[in-house]
Amino acid sequence: MSDQNRAAQKDNSMVIQKEMIAAHYERLERAPETKEPVVYTFVPGNLTELIRSFGCLPVLPEINALQSGMRGKSRDYIAEAEKHGHSEDVCTYVKCDIGMVLAGNIGPTGTKLPKPDLLLLSYTGCYTFMKWFELLREQYDCPCVFLHVPYQGDGVIEPEHREYMIKQLRDEVIPALEKVSGRKYDEEALRERLQLSAEAEDDLVWVLQSAKNKPSPIDAYFGAVYYVGPIFSSFRGTEEGVAYYKALRREVQERLDAGLGPVAPGGPVTDEKYRLVVEGPPNWTHFREFWQMFADEGAVVVASTYSKVGGTYDFGFRHDPDDPLGTLGDYCGGCYTNINLPGRIDMLCNYLKEYEADGFLINSVKSCNSFSAGQLMILREVEKRTGLPGGFIESDLVDPRYFSAANIKNRLESYIQMVDARRQRGAVA
Amino acid sequence: MKRSQIVDWATAIYEDLDFSTVHAWLDEAPGRKAAAYLPVYAPREIIHACGMLPVGIHGTGGIEIIRGDAFYQSYICHLPRSVVELAQSGRLDMLSAVLFPSTCDVIRNLSGMWQVMYPDMYVRYLDLPQVADPKLGAEFWKRELNVVRRDLGEVSGIEATEDRLRASVALYNEVRSVIRELYTARRETPWRVPSEELYLLLRAGEVVAPEFFMEQARAYLGVIEQCDDRIKDRTRVLIAGAFCEQPPLGLIKTIERAGCYIVDDDFLAGNRFMIGDVPDAEDPAAAMAETFVTGAIKTSVLYEPDPAGKRNLMKTRAAAAGADGVIFAAPSFCDPALLDRPMLREGAEAAGIPCIAFKYAENSGQFQQFREQAGTFADSIKLWGDA
Repeated sequence: MSDQNRAAQKDNSMVIQKEMIAAHYERLERAPETKEPVVYTFVPGNLTELIRSFGCLPVLPEINALQSGMRGKSRDYIAEAEKHGHSEDVCTYVKCDIGMVLAGNIGPTGTKLPKPDLLLLSYTGCYTFMKWFELLREQYDCPCVFLHVPYQGDGVIEPEHREYMIKQLRDEVIPALEKVSGRKYDEEALRERLQLSAEAEDDLVWVLQSAKNKPSPIDAYFGAVYYVGPIFSSFRGTEEGVAYYKALRREVQERLDAGLGPVAPGGPVTDEKYRLVVEGPPNWTHFREFWQMFADEGAVVVASTYSKVGGTYDFGFRHDPDDPLGTLGDYCGGCYTNINLPGRIDMLCNYLKEYEADGFLINSVKSCNSFSAGQLMILREVEKRTGLPGGFIESDLVDPRYFSAANIKNRLESYIQMVDARRQRGAVA
Repeated sequence: MKRSQIVDWATAIYEDLDFSTVHAWLDEAPGRKAAAYLPVYAPREIIHACGMLPVGIHGTGGIEIIRGDAFYQSYICHLPRSVVELAQSGRLDMLSAVLFPSTCDVIRNLSGMWQVMYPDMYVRYLDLPQVADPKLGAEFWKRELNVVRRDLGEVSGIEATEDRLRASVALYNEVRSVIRELYTARRETPWRVPSEELYLLLRAGEVVAPEFFMEQARAYLGVIEQCDDRIKDRTRVLIAGAFCEQPPLGLIKTIERAGCYIVDDDFLAGNRFMIGDVPDAEDPAAAMAETFVTGAIKTSVLYEPDPAGKRNLMKTRAAAAGADGVIFAAPSFCDPALLDRPMLREGAEAAGIPCIAFKYAENSGQFQQFREQAGTFADSIKLWGDA
């Protein structure tokens, strides 16, 4: 059996998550019969607790796209969208999603996805989101409600911006959810869900910060995309979500107690040679191969910015049941891509120091200008401020045409040599 | 004034990458300051009311990009490269402030780059209101306008009082009115108003004082009335998608020389972003905000609340302009234009409007392919269309 075909090793939490996701997609498939209203929304700035408090089911198009990418379906979907006039230059998440809709809207797990009863456009940190739902609106005869989340241009969520979001939630989003669900807004139900969110968030942060240990028991980039899966998508504010994070925490604690490293697709990383910080989303079409390249070098990612795209919990934010709408505004405003470039630079510098990393890598994806525009300046600035070496890799989210394994491997190896050289110089000095 | 004098004046400004007119304005009186804005829309009235010169930074295809390319990956549009090149070469050192509107994520992130690279310059990201509720949107935008107004007043040392802002609003109402006249003249008599000339004039208007621009624009309107050029057998087209990174002048010329009259376009759309006048009101910032949320043009950089809005847009615009066809000309890697294009094109084609599409960059230097495409398009409409 070739390495490519060998079954990847998985943590128990991954298996649990897979079952959760499968159950959610099955529930979505049954939604037309069960009459559970379906709300499409985005990961950054998602209002899962609010959506679920109305008895609605969330669908996250980016998750569908990335899952399609991981399961080898995105190439055909993208081709389908391009055949329908979508430019080769734009976001491949959008094209993958549109292509999937055009091909019959069969979700990544093979179940039929229901049509949305509402498009909840949480406009958080990504211009493309606006166009994406304008495009989806063309496909579905359903209402679209818009939540404008102001960008942190000056590095803070200004009080007036917070109030603006609260007003939109109260005057626009909640009435739209009331209409599609036929239920009145129940603030108590929302508070209960927010409490569940905060519990899960505590455990997630503990897991992410476990990477401060040496060796790190987790990979905070490749592994963390699994860890953040439930909380960034449909399971925030649910009992299943809380249970998942408790199980995950136990699992990581066991590895920590045993002094074990993370489990990469090819097996456990037993010798942590390099501790890295990564900026930017991963490539999904060759995810395991990409991860294994790092693992083969003994490189463990100890912190990443992508794992904060659906919320920056490690800097203290928790959903607050005592301020239900305000806390949703704070959550949305604080998502990683809603933070300005100086803030992103500060975050990377902080991670490099706090996690005692040897350097940082940027995986720059063609699809995402929100992440990618400015990353070369980030690279220089972080190197300048920390004195640590930075590397730059280019790929894409779900378009396999932009993943060149040889180039990436080459760059990663060169980067690792640079880290070694820096270490040797440090040792001599 | 002769037509050639006006066009030569505008051409000289267009080609001047050292912004000599801005320097000249600054040198006219001690303590003067200039504030720039990136495409597409920024409230020039606020800059003007703070006693500053509003300067449109629209990039350029006219310089070799060396430093700018070091900041951007190959899959990012050209505009920020040339803007960074201009800045890194010192050509924008005369600016005291730069406003970055929420056109797309590239311009948004450029605001953060500016904050890091030029910490002594005032930088503001302008989050345009996107909500469907006009009351909420106006309230938000008024507050944003007043923040910029306060901050620029501090930069310039001139407070934008209600009176000053009302005067600036009135002045920019006039500017937009003159621009509307120019567009009307071209739409009605495109043989008298070559788009190349109109574009140069508007481009010059981005870097000179508004009073001076209006003087030149009115003079131009005067001379074209006297123009006795004859109408040529050309196809009337609408150019859609070129609202941010600007097409090279050669592309505009090429399209018209290939047998088209451009009768509507998105070039420099920020100068006519509000369709009508901002009313004279006690609270001018509130009036600007309300006019923006209720009377802005339909554009890719704003959310379209009407589900049928995208599908109908080209039909409406083509009808208003009397256009026989639509040319979707978008900059490469331009998210707003390229993500909108399938919706706009589908709507146009459903309405029976012939369309073609191509991409350009501000530094595109070869126009033969555009000539062939536009020429074939124009011919096909003449031969087989209803035109």
